[in-house]
Amino acid sequence: MVPFGGWDMPVQYTGILDETRAVRNSVGIFDVSHMGRVVVKGTGAGEFLSCIFSTDVEKLAVGRAKYGVTCDQEGGIIDDNIVYRLSPMEYMLIPNAGNREAISSWLNRWLPNDDSVAIDDVSERTAMIAVQGPDSFQTLSALAESDLESVGPFRIVEMAICGQTMLVARTGYTGEDGFEIMPSTDVVLDVWDQLIQHGAIPCGLGARDVLRLEAGLLLHGNDMDQTINPYEAGLDKFVDANREAYIPGTTLREMRQMAPSRSLVGFTMVGRGIARHGYPITDGAEMIGTVTSGSVSPTLDKAIGLGYVRSGFTSEGTRLFIEIRGKKIEAEVTCLPFYLRSR
Amino acid sequence: MSYPADIKYTKEHEWVRVESDTEVVIGITTYAADELGDVVFVELPEPGAKVVSQEQFGEIESVKAVSELYSPVTGTVIQRNEELSDAPEIVNDSAYEQGWMIKVEVADTSSLDELMSAEEYEQFLES
Repeated sequence: MVPFGGWDMPVQYTGILDETRAVRNSVGIFDVSHMGRVVVKGTGAGEFLSCIFSTDVEKLAVGRAKYGVTCDQEGGIIDDNIVYRLSPMEYMLIPNAGNREAISSWLNRWLPNDDSVAIDDVSERTAMIAVQGPDSFQTLSALAESDLESVGPFRIVEMAICGQTMLVARTGYTGEDGFEIMPSTDVVLDVWDQLIQHGAIPCGLGARDVLRLEAGLLLHGNDMDQTINPYEAGLDKFVDANREAYIPGTTLREMRQMAPSRSLVGFTMVGRGIARHGYPITDGAEMIGTVTSGSVSPTLDKAIGLGYVRSGFTSEGTRLFIEIRGKKIEAEVTCLPFYLRSR
Repeated sequence: MSYPADIKYTKEHEWVRVESDTEVVIGITTYAADELGDVVFVELPEPGAKVVSQEQFGEIESVKAVSELYSPVTGTVIQRNEELSDAPEIVNDSAYEQGWMIKVEVADTSSLDELMSAEEYEQFLES
């Protein structure tokens, strides 16, 4: 068990590599209750959230989800989030565990002082289990009382699982097909046990980190933070800055015009060694960047990583050297994602 | 978890087996291997290299983290386990047998008397 965002979390149940393979080949489950669940509702909810979030959620159809970022006025990334539209006047925002307070204070700072928008943090009353992998549909179907086909990718539906009504979303953080379900805290243990009885393998934070890295998904606090803007992080396609009411809009439009001085790249180790968060990246002589994430990839049987490098070192195949405890180990820039599932 | 009685243990979770009057084998304990989790990389000194008691002789890396390996003895490396370079997971599967790391030539084995027995190591882990 390790401390993570204010929670005690298991790094692994049986082993990181076995758990990673379970999600790639069959089905794994993750207790992701540590992630926040914040409901924003009211007649002004959509308009309010669109000022905060990097895309116009008023355009989001009911029952759909959208990934994006929440930026401060300087364009720095406070958090990355998924927003679900639950009903015409109700949204749910998912902050990372460690960013719940930062998101809460940012939302409250801009909350209109009429009663058009209300914020309800339901994180403590509900749990969240991610059911991920090619067999996730089959496993969850055995416990669902409705047809899971109704939950398409990036959609959310309320349905009964194990006889209990809960939100079921087709989202995840692994690069596989999968679901995230939100049972109330009093039934979650039963749901967890039933998932295991139907073939799911419990997975910890270690496997979650390897899976998201293979899928080229960033981890806030590691790969981006408030000193990084979404263009440097390569998140351009999740940002619609051309909206007058969007709070960091003006700043982000200016940033978009400038070539970023540093950019996030993926890299694959050529020499032997594993890059870790904070290791220097050089061109062989001069320091040109820093590693933000790194691991072995059991799926690709290579060591991979993410990091920020100066402009001029971002194109595919560029030679980099990762300084691993005093030694320069060769790596090369690789297109993201490292792993893309076949559909 | 039971620890073999025919080997000696260190506080840094290495083990030493005496092969002859001047030759010992060194590895890490099952406790250390379990704490590290899946071992993915082991870096060991080449034959001929000197190792010094309580000083670093190599590195072991798991998916989770990297750790230093400390030598329980002073001497010269005569052989290293080349299999670990392609199959480091052997350390998890067989810490005391196939997962050995280096064979070291020592002046004498008297310094091993200061190391822990299996029973003492178990007590050390519990404390």
